[in-house]
Parts: sequence; structure tokens; C-alpha cells
Amino acid sequence: VVWSMLGNRQFCSYKMTTKTQNFCRNEYNLTGLCNRSSCPLANSQYATVREEKGRCYLYMKTIERAAFPRRLWERVLLSKNYEKALEEIDENLIYWPRFIRHKCKQRFTKITQYLIRIRKLTLKRQRKLVPLRRKIERRENRREEKALIAAQLDNAIEKELLERLKQDTYGDIYNFPIHAFDKALQQQDAESESESDAEREEEDDDEDVDKREFVEAEDSELSDFEDMDKLETSSEEEQEEEEEVEKKVSHSKSKGKTPLKGPARRKRPYIEIEYEEETEPSTKTKAA
Amino acid sequence: GGGPVPGGGPDPSAPERVCFPPTFSVSEIKNKQRRHFMFLRWKQQQRKEKLALKKKRRKEREALGDKAPPKAVPKTIENQRVYDETTVDPNDEEVAFDEATDEFAPYFNRQTVPKILITTSDRPRGRTVRFCEQLATVIPNSHVYYRRGLALKRIIPQCIARDFTDLIVINEDRKIPNGLVLSHLPDGPTAHFRMSSVRLRKEIKRKGKEPTEHVPEVILNNFTTRLGHSIGRMFAALFPHDPQFIGRQVATFHNQRDYIFFRFHRYIFKSEKKVGIQELGPRFTLKLRSLQKGTFDSKFGEYEWIHKRREMDTSRRKFHL
Repeated sequence: VVWSMLGNRQFCSYKMTTKTQNFCRNEYNLTGLCNRSSCPLANSQYATVREEKGRCYLYMKTIERAAFPRRLWERVLLSKNYEKALEEIDENLIYWPRFIRHKCKQRFTKITQYLIRIRKLTLKRQRKLVPLRRKIERRENRREEKALIAAQLDNAIEKELLERLKQDTYGDIYNFPIHAFDKALQQQDAESESESDAEREEEDDDEDVDKREFVEAEDSELSDFEDMDKLETSSEEEQEEEEEVEKKVSHSKSKGKTPLKGPARRKRPYIEIEYEEETEPSTKTKAA
Repeated sequence: GGGPVPGGGPDPSAPERVCFPPTFSVSEIKNKQRRHFMFLRWKQQQRKEKLALKKKRRKEREALGDKAPPKAVPKTIENQRVYDETTVDPNDEEVAFDEATDEFAPYFNRQTVPKILITTSDRPRGRTVRFCEQLATVIPNSHVYYRRGLALKRIIPQCIARDFTDLIVINEDRKIPNGLVLSHLPDGPTAHFRMSSVRLRKEIKRKGKEPTEHVPEVILNNFTTRLGHSIGRMFAALFPHDPQFIGRQVATFHNQRDYIFFRFHRYIFKSEKKVGIQELGPRFTLKLRSLQKGTFDSKFGEYEWIHKRREMDTSRRKFHL
């Protein structure tokens, strides 16, 4: 009677329908499906296995207690031992329909399996999910961008490197004699200025007029010779290396990667081309 | 209401001095076109006044010559930063003593050589794996091991037994690395960072090459407070003490407003006043979340510093590193 009312015709509040199946949300339901044989409301003799806090209980409903809703479901604690619990189910549900007995044992098996799994997982490390907060994430991203702009990283790094160069942390690797030379020059200038200026000026004028031409010629020759010397040594080094290495070196020079001496650098690419022609004495005269 | 509303429609020949009646405000005009036009006129006037003021001030400055008051320095967040009382003074003896006796002392006394283990969280995705590899090329003497479900607490004693000095764990979320745990191994402090803006080598716009095996130099910028100092030492302890200047590589940890930017460059000195840098290597930014005294232990560890959002993020001018 109950089933013909609730079952498939009228409304049952525990019934949930999906496209393929009907489910029963009743907590005492044995299989979870909405069937004539698994509906706890429609069957007057019914049994289920449920677990509470890790312990399994067998719930039974008989027709004699149908009038007392409070005492309707009888509860039996099952033992922790799997086989013993199965025997207990059997002896409690003796003379009950096969279907209910079978399904009870199946359900009990499933429950014990997932309880074991829970216990195993809690021993392993568990991934803690920390919720992100959108506002805070956005705020931090914005602040990071602004900090990046304020940092001016390239400038800061370059400054730091130049300072380290000044403080001689690199030692003798980079020979920039100009640096020390300039300093020495400045010192000399300072000393010369501190002495009598007026006399110096007059003398300088006279001497400079003469000296200038003299000095320039010397300088040019000297500079040429010096440069030639430098270039000769460097060219020797170059020639010792293989052609490929030369090409690499020329490549990298064009990109400006290797540290080079200042004055030599300007002349180098120019003379490299001449050396490829492999006419050494002629280049000397050309350069001079 | 107010006085007569001047102008009707856009006037190409706007008068030089616009006299608005005293109770007039541009926002009260109902007509949008006219309102817009009046607003533009008002803006132009404001700009002219501002320019005139600037010129006047400049003239005054020149007129005064040497006696002019010094130029006002614009306020920046770094200028306005709330003074932190734990700022380290370079001559502080207490700090020097602390540093001589803390966990990094053996490193700074050149007794230990850094050996780094880099690993990830479970099941790293491709990006994280590549990032780990690149990080391993940047940090000399580092090894990448994959964590196949091993507990950190168990691998730490193994690492100590195999003489590793530091452990880096890169945490991953949704296929991108987003966290870094840096732990100094024999009992050292553990720092937990939030990592963002990770750029792998191929994503950096450059036409350069790979980093070589040379030991890079280290630059640590702006680590001013006590906390910042200890973090800076942690980073310094990752790299061997003697950089090979032939390699011309430099790893930079730059702290700005509590964000630590990591960059890896190759430099070349073009002259003694100019240096060129080229970026190679991955880049990322870190933000410190917590500093723990012992090795990694989330439950029972003794935290030296945790970022508490409610207390520490209240002021925009207050930074902790």
C-alpha cells in the first residue's frame, strides 16, 4: 500500500531522480536506490548497517514495533573483527529474506574498507589547502610591480659593479690604466696649481708655443709606435690562435664582450681586415 | 541661481581671462557638451597658472643665486619609510658578535662549502621542473632530486648525513611554482617565501647564451634591518665564498619594499665608468612569509618571524626587511 502511494506515483521526499536512476536519500536505506525492495518506508521488515565514529551498527526494523516510532529501529553494535561481525549479522538476521542479508553484508564490507582507507591517509602527509584571498593577491601583485619600478634593478646592479671595480675587488683583471692615470694627472695638476700660478702661466705660454709643435710630433710618432707595438703583440697572439677563434673573437668584439685596452680597441677592427690580406710589411707603412 | 552662464557651444577663440561668477561651478551645467567645454577651459587655466607659478619660482631661485633655499626633494615611499628600530648599523658590535656565532659562521669562516639540494613538492609539472633545472645551473654545487611522496621530515636527516648544507623546496600550485622554502641544513633557520613572477630562461628577452660553470658573484642590496640581514646571509650562504671573476657572472638579490628580486646577469666593463649587463638565467621575486629557527617543521617549530597580515600590513610605509 505504502509503495503504491509513494513509490513511483506520488511524492516521496526522500526520492531523488536523475536522468538514468532514482535514488533514495533516506538514511536507513540499504542500497541507496529507490526500489520496492530497498525502501525502508515501504518494507515493514528491514535492516541496515550504519557506522558512527568508526564503529558499525546493525539497525533492524520489525513489524511488531511499527506502532512505536521511537522504538522502531533496533541497534546492535558489531564487533571490530571483520569475520566476527559478518557472523553477527548472520545470526541477527537469521530467517530474514536473502536480499536484505546479502546487502547488509555488502554494505558492511564497503564501510570497513573506507574506514581503513581513512586511517591510512591520516598517517600520511596531508595537503593543507590555504585559501587565497583575491583582494590581498591583487594588492600584493600591484605592490610588487611598483616595487620593481622603484628598484631600478639595472641601474642598481651597474652601480654596485662599478663600485666594486673602484674598490679593487677585481684586482688586476681589468686593466683600465686610464683610471689610475687620470687620478695621477689630477693630482699633478692640483700640485702644479698650488704653486705660483702667475710665473707658471708666462713660462707655459712661451714654452707651450715651442713645445706644442715639438710635442705633438713626438706624441704622434710615439703613439703610433706604441700602438704598433701593442698591435704587434696582439696581432702575434691573434695569429697564434686559429682562424675560427679569430672570427669568434672578432664577433665578440663587435658585441663588445671581452675586456680590451682602450686605445687599441679603436684601431683593431681596422687592422684586422688588413691582416686578412696577409701583407704585413705593407700594412706597417700604411699605418705609419 | 548663479550669474549668466558664459559661452554657448565650443568657442574657438576663448578669452584669455575667464571670469566666472563667484557662485559658479563647472559641474552645475546640465548640458554635457557645454559642461565639457567649460571644464576644458578651466583645466587650461589651471595649467597656465601652474606654469606661471613655476616660472616665477625659478626666477626667484636664480635671482637669489647662492642664497636660494635647497631644492625640495620629492617624497618617495623609501624616503617616507617608517624607521625600523632594528636597522643594522654597520659598526654595531652586537650584530657583529651575533654574526660571528650564528649558524652561518662556519660558512663565513670558510669552513664549509655550500652544497645545495633542490627539490619540489609532490608531482611537479613541466614548468617547475624546468625552473628547478635552471636554478641548479645558476647555483653552483647544487643537485636536483625529485620528491616522490617523501616526507620532508624524513629526508632532512638523510641530507644532513650526505653533507648537504642547504635545502630548497619549490612549492607548486596549478602548474606554476609559487613558494620557496629555504632551509639551512645542520640546524639552520628555515625561511618560507612566496614566489611570484617566475621567468624561465627562454622567456627573458635576450639573445644571449647559457650561464657557464663559473662561480658567480653575489650582490645583496638593501637588506637593512636585522631580519633582512639574516635573510641576506642566508642567501649569501648558498653561493661559494670565492667568486670566479673570469666568469663575469653576478647573482643579485635586491630587496625593495619587502620584495626580493632575484636576477642573474653577465657583465662586462666597457670602460671604467661604464658597465654593460646582459640578463641570463631565471628571474623571480620573493616575499618573506616566515622565518623559523630550526629546520623545517610546521607544527612544533619555533618561529622567529611570521608575517601577520592584520598587524603588519596596516601602514604603507612600514617594511620589515
